[in-house]
Amino acid sequence: MGDGTLLRLATAGSVDDGKSTLVGRLLHDTRSVLADQLEAVERVSRGRGLDRADLALLTDGLRAEREQGITIDVAYRYFATTRRSFVLADCPGHVQYTRNTVTGASTADVVVVLVDGRNGVVEQTRRHLAVAALLRVPHVALAVNKIDLVGYDQAWVTAIAKEVAGLAEELGVPDVRTLPVSALDGDNVVTRSERTPWYDGPTLLEYLEAVPLDADPRHEAFRFPVQYVLRPQSGNRVGEHRDYRAYAGQVATGVVRVGDEVVVLPSGRRTTVAGLDTADGPLDQAFAPQSVAVRLADDLDVSRGDLLAHPEGTPAVTQDLEATVCWLAERELRPGARLLLKHGTRTVRAVVREIRSRLELDPVAGSPAQSLALNDIGRVVLRLAAPVAADPYAVSRRTGSFLLIDDHDGWTLAAGMVGDPLGEERRRCPPEAATSATTDVTTPRP
Amino acid sequence: MTAYVLDGVEALESEGIHVLREVAAEFERPVLLFSGGKDSVVMLHLARKAFWPAPVPFPVLHVDTGHNFPEVLAYRDATVERLDVRLLVADVGSYVADGRLRERADGTRNPLQTVPLLDAIAEHRFDAVFGGGRRDEEKARAKERILSLRDEFGQWDPRNQRPELWSLYNGRHRPGEHVRVFPLSNWTELDVWRYVRRERIELPPIYFAHRRRVFLRDGMWLAEGPWSRPRPDEEVAERTVRYRTVGDMSCTGAVLSEAASVDEVLTEVAASSLTERGATRADDRLSEAAMEDRKREGYF
Repeated sequence: MGDGTLLRLATAGSVDDGKSTLVGRLLHDTRSVLADQLEAVERVSRGRGLDRADLALLTDGLRAEREQGITIDVAYRYFATTRRSFVLADCPGHVQYTRNTVTGASTADVVVVLVDGRNGVVEQTRRHLAVAALLRVPHVALAVNKIDLVGYDQAWVTAIAKEVAGLAEELGVPDVRTLPVSALDGDNVVTRSERTPWYDGPTLLEYLEAVPLDADPRHEAFRFPVQYVLRPQSGNRVGEHRDYRAYAGQVATGVVRVGDEVVVLPSGRRTTVAGLDTADGPLDQAFAPQSVAVRLADDLDVSRGDLLAHPEGTPAVTQDLEATVCWLAERELRPGARLLLKHGTRTVRAVVREIRSRLELDPVAGSPAQSLALNDIGRVVLRLAAPVAADPYAVSRRTGSFLLIDDHDGWTLAAGMVGDPLGEERRRCPPEAATSATTDVTTPRP
Repeated sequence: MTAYVLDGVEALESEGIHVLREVAAEFERPVLLFSGGKDSVVMLHLARKAFWPAPVPFPVLHVDTGHNFPEVLAYRDATVERLDVRLLVADVGSYVADGRLRERADGTRNPLQTVPLLDAIAEHRFDAVFGGGRRDEEKARAKERILSLRDEFGQWDPRNQRPELWSLYNGRHRPGEHVRVFPLSNWTELDVWRYVRRERIELPPIYFAHRRRVFLRDGMWLAEGPWSRPRPDEEVAERTVRYRTVGDMSCTGAVLSEAASVDEVLTEVAASSLTERGATRADDRLSEAAMEDRKREGYF
């Protein structure tokens, strides 16, 4: 297998839709399941009186999951073809598991949403599409499964595709593709089905191999959160590096070149990139998501939590954040709550000034709320103890995302997105009010 | 022309370096588990690159079962010397000698590593422990976070893990708790070997084909040695073998192989029909949930 690119995908759907079977089928048909794993699955399947290997068993990792026959937690799977390597976040998809879908979608280039062909688009499908839209996943593949049970009926699949396209447009999903598959028999998963001659699109695997990767860094604004200051002061072979000082980090978005003028945020001081270093030697330029060390021309006070950007089009530096959060904890969120906010490499204290609304996903609509409970999505206003340099999430998933953390026990309470990625405010306001807003954060990336 | 896109292994390298730097920045006392096995070698290589030209800013810890391959121990010592990192050793043998741990009936010491590991973490007050575990290795590991909290008893609670979103890692923990960190979470065995080739990383010689006296037990070729003696009905023969994983000599199986170079190993791994743990680890064959059970108790 070649050194292809890496694609991250998440699957969403319930056990009943055949999601585990679909994932098992992808792994099996790409020969990512090896003989000893398959033998174990066959053994267990026989033990349960099944006449063929239940591929869903490949993905149940924990004892409790096998005992209860359910999938509890996100599991990560790996497969590869000559063109790409795939990291698959397999997300249990019951309604109460929005937390898992949000987690899987947060890093995904593609979300594969599964529907049972017999049922078509159901409430859960709409929720999954809304989560994909909210998390700004660039591509959605809707796999219409169990087409064998609807007689490989073109008209039926076309009707589902049409309904999904309408939903996607309404939600702002930038790219959606509907594929008719049978995970059980393998139709159009890895091999093209002879039973759907009317379908001339790609198989699911062909789609995943060809779907364009995330935005080109050349079209993004440069953002570099400083992780760690490199100053070799000790060790046996410091000698030549005694005066070395560089800022280590991963380019979050965009491209930076030696000689570029940059601004350090939140201080606002300007300087020039003197060098871009790696252990393999210096670079002329670095692009997302490379990990490098940036040397600056001037001796400024720069430390972890600062952000480097080009002087034009800098992110907003603010102590007041309007954001959309997905609440991930059992305890409720109420106005006045004191929390920690982690944005990029900066962690600051935060207080919840206001809970503006709770967001229903089916259909998308905001309603007034006093609190947020587990799996709720809501609009909040936060006041921070120190400023952060943040972009709207709709513009940058990397520098527009944050976590809310419990200061006492450290639990991750919420996934936060700066601004209003679903355009919920716009939906609530009359159109003329929306157009007068200063920033329309729903504008897609160039 | 520059293609503004990283290939798979480059993307994984950058992700691993990002994780190493996050943890070095946010924790007071990290340590990196280093056995001389290929995953820990790659992880240490990433650590060197993450902090270059500064030295690796934390020590490495080897939980030594006392049953290790001598070639691997020699490699371990040469590597820490070359990279100028401090090596700590948690010695399972001394626990067995003074009765704190008892030898198992099957003679393998892999499961015995948990207690000396947890003791070393407590003694040195380590708050972050880097491990080379990969999610593709085993079903329980597929559910593991990149940063994974352990309670004061070192236990993993797979049903109560923190959600892990974007590349924002939450390392908050209370006194007595620590965090296990897996920078290679998203790597596969093939990725590790591709990276070894690309970076020209030296590995212990037992990863490559060599002649060795071995005997067959439960479908695995075990090395004849002081800790793995053949039973009367097991025939010892000299074969050309190599190891896919490196652990305790008593329970790590060799595979018959002529692959003497990294390229040949890559070809072999790509074509292999068995997982590396299925092929070579007796301890994972104990039960369907062997790894999950060990991890819950605080194993790597």
